[in-house]
Amino acid sequence: MPESIITFDDQDLVLEAEETSVFYGSTLAVEEVSLQIPRNAIVSLIGPSGCGKSTVLRCFNRMNDLIPGARVTGSIKYRGVNVYDDDVDPTDIRFRIGMVFQRPNPFPKSIYDNVAFGPRVNGLTDDLDRVVEESLRRAALWDEVKDRLDDSGLGISGGQQQRLCIARALAVDPDVVLMDEPASALDPISTQAIEDLIRELSSEVTIIIVTHNMQQATRISDYSAVMMVGEDRVGHLIEYGSNEQVFGNPVDLRTEAYVTGRIG
Amino acid sequence: MPNEQLDYQLAHLEAEIVLLGGLVETAIFKSIRALKNRDLDMSREVIAEDDRIDDLETKVQNDCVEQIRRQAPLAADLRRIVGMMFIANELERMGDYAEGIAKVSINMGHEAPLKELEDIPKMADLAVSMMKRSIEAMTIDDRAESGRIAIEIENDDDEVDRLYEKVQKDIFTLVEEDRERAVRGTYLMWAAHNIERVADRATNIAERSIFMSTGVIVGGNAEAQAAVSGETSSVN
Repeated sequence: MPESIITFDDQDLVLEAEETSVFYGSTLAVEEVSLQIPRNAIVSLIGPSGCGKSTVLRCFNRMNDLIPGARVTGSIKYRGVNVYDDDVDPTDIRFRIGMVFQRPNPFPKSIYDNVAFGPRVNGLTDDLDRVVEESLRRAALWDEVKDRLDDSGLGISGGQQQRLCIARALAVDPDVVLMDEPASALDPISTQAIEDLIRELSSEVTIIIVTHNMQQATRISDYSAVMMVGEDRVGHLIEYGSNEQVFGNPVDLRTEAYVTGRIG
Repeated sequence: MPNEQLDYQLAHLEAEIVLLGGLVETAIFKSIRALKNRDLDMSREVIAEDDRIDDLETKVQNDCVEQIRRQAPLAADLRRIVGMMFIANELERMGDYAEGIAKVSINMGHEAPLKELEDIPKMADLAVSMMKRSIEAMTIDDRAESGRIAIEIENDDDEVDRLYEKVQKDIFTLVEEDRERAVRGTYLMWAAHNIERVADRATNIAERSIFMSTGVIVGGNAEAQAAVSGETSSVN
């Protein structure tokens, strides 16, 4: 492993990408990313647009399977098991590794039904009220919506909708939550609420977050991974380390240029 | 893609620091010349001119805060701005030491110094040269070169300390011979002490210039050597 990429071989790893490459049709989009995610860490994925951050993020819970022509090589180990093995059901993986997207996307259902959706799919019928309340509390939304759980999930503010989506992801008790620019469509107050929430959740879940906001990455994450498109137009992981390293004194000159606004 | 606005502002800040260093250099040399020649008007000038140093230091600090607010700088940019805030503060304190020497001189009145001033001007020459080179180390932004300068400055600081000890011993001997000389001895001791502090602060600036180019905060010669040769991991 190059000096610019941290490894955590002596720690409890939740996810590990090993020489993961992603193709869209015959086009190589991301080449041989090797990245270890320790348990309960918050890891930011940063880099210029088109560098493959979201592509890598989607590998972790096989969301790329849903994109026609996408193909993944190398391995993605979730607690030691390659999620791309033939006998692994991607739906199971997506329950264990939840996802929150850039734009809040509640279902056109009530607030309650949005949160109860996953547990119901899992066959949970008793105790739903408790799971819904608990999930909304963990997403710091309960106090704001407890008196209108039957209202539509689309009738609340954007920031609340995003926390509803986080509550929906938490309701199935995931191990990891992947977040793709979860606050980029939100105002500063809602962004602050999401960032506070991410920090609180990290005591229970591991979080990988794609963000374009470097100040946000320095504020909320423990480690940051930097991706960059080379002259070959293929995305590479160029640096991965503590935020002190990546934003304070980067090893790779391209990281230095990116975080100081000289490229990207 | 250069960040032209920030690059321009960083160069501007650097120029302000160089200017601040020039004002401090003048203040120290004038304070020593006034002390030696018993020129009380010149001592008063040093005191009056310290306001310019204070004002420029305040301006540098404000400009740095403004760039942090506007640019939210990271990595080398952040280190440079934080480093320059620190260095501006060190220079302002050096100006205070020159002002202190001017006040000592005024307190001495028209009385002759206890002894011919030889070592104190030597200390001042060396301390000012250290200060100028420490600012050069800041401006070149080259870790090997600023490291080399820093190590040279650390060595010169040892020489200033040696001269300071010699001045102390000489004054002690003179005062022991005749206790009536205690007050005049104390005046000179105070001036020498101020110059010794100027040299210490030049050392601080040199160490901070290493931080600006490497991200490593060092304290002393050995650490400076390790930092510029890349043997120490980042601690910023």
